[in-house]
Amino acid sequence: MPTQLPDAGQLCSELAAQMRLRVDVASTALVGIHTGGVWVAERLHALLGLQTAPGTIDVSFYRDDYGQRGLHANTRTSHIPFEIEGAHIIIVDDVLYTGRTIRAAMNELFDYGRPAKIELAVLVDRGGRELPIAADFCAHSMSLPASQMLELERVADGALTFRLTEK
Amino acid sequence: MIALPNPQLNRHGELTHLLSIEGLSREMLLRILDTAAPFTEVAEREVKKVPLLRGKSVFNLFFENSTRTRTTFEIAAKRLSADVINLNINTSSANKGESLLDTTDNLAAMQADMFVVRHASSGAPHLIAQHLAATGQDHIHVINAGDGRHAHPTQGLLDMYTIRHYKRDFTQLTVAIVGDVLHSRVARSQIHALTTLGVPEVRVIAPKTLLPGGIERMGVRVFNSMHDGLRGVDVVMMLRLQNERMQGALLPSAQEYFKSYGLTQDKLALAKPDAIVMHPGPMNRGVEIESAVADGNQAVILPQVTFGIAVRMAVMAMLAGA
Repeated sequence: MPTQLPDAGQLCSELAAQMRLRVDVASTALVGIHTGGVWVAERLHALLGLQTAPGTIDVSFYRDDYGQRGLHANTRTSHIPFEIEGAHIIIVDDVLYTGRTIRAAMNELFDYGRPAKIELAVLVDRGGRELPIAADFCAHSMSLPASQMLELERVADGALTFRLTEK
Repeated sequence: MIALPNPQLNRHGELTHLLSIEGLSREMLLRILDTAAPFTEVAEREVKKVPLLRGKSVFNLFFENSTRTRTTFEIAAKRLSADVINLNINTSSANKGESLLDTTDNLAAMQADMFVVRHASSGAPHLIAQHLAATGQDHIHVINAGDGRHAHPTQGLLDMYTIRHYKRDFTQLTVAIVGDVLHSRVARSQIHALTTLGVPEVRVIAPKTLLPGGIERMGVRVFNSMHDGLRGVDVVMMLRLQNERMQGALLPSAQEYFKSYGLTQDKLALAKPDAIVMHPGPMNRGVEIESAVADGNQAVILPQVTFGIAVRMAVMAMLAGA
């Protein structure tokens, strides 16, 4: 039987509802991780009505598997439109898995300055952590075998949808 | 016909050495330019470093003097967190009679990961790459930082990055390369890059004494006058006139040269109004370029230097990851 995948648009709303209770709209900034995390951060930014424009980062320069896999072919430019020094940041990603991407993202953010606080918001936590990293906000938890890859896609009308592929 | 393996690519088709633009596909050139773009942003951070080459040792082997190129390679490697060792070998072992390959073998024994090589002899970086392959040391990567009259591929690439930054689409452009094409490795790399990237018209403008025979076979249109050659171009790429050429009776005098081939505002007015002016540096003001042009609003000479660091970071990161 195929794995039942959650509705990504619905999860964005649920994640925003969780965050609304604890997030100060005036002082919090989102940073989305390319590519799925950027789409989710855009949604959350609009749903929460945050005042600071979201940042985007591509963690390719900080990945711990560069030595094995080389530089990612389609590395995007990171863009942080606000002052990191002293900021309250929420890193946003679509799927939390090993935690290595989040570690890379935190390392990258510290090269822009010293944030006051970093939290993590994800649509899906699929288990399989290899580092002591946990999400502060998470809309859905599920367990997937290592042979499968869960990715967020954006279709033509801008809707977000999950896709499961075999590696 | 058996295709010879390209010494610049590994068996997975990844770039493992950068020896010349010649032999690289359009896709590979575009991939390097695309990869360079995110590296430009690193320079705007509080910490201008990324950890990609942490723990790697990059040796700058300069058998020929160059302050600027060596410095930009050094900055690029340091921004990638590599350890950089600079060797100016014309003042070192070569004077004691040590051969090129003995020098590189010694450095390989010091756990080198990358050689950035400038040499007065064409083909020296190729020779080193071949030797590394033959001796089972092909985990060491070689970048050609200028060899004889042959090639200066990172200069060619940073020039392409600059053109793309200002003009976006290579396939609509007319580009003129002006000056001492005969002695210029920069010109050769530029011509290969421009034609590979699909620039429909590449012109060279120079006196007959400073043009190599058969240059037309590289796919360029030859002009001997600035008046004809600059008409309607989108990009003017100036070359440095090396002073030592004056002594070889190839040219009458610097003043005469400036009169005919120096880029002045009057001559630049023949190009398109939004044409950009490039120069690989160091410039001889009043010889190949007038100060008013070099400092004018069409000049993109300083952005070339800044882009050059990002392009060299991209090349080093691609090689070290191959």
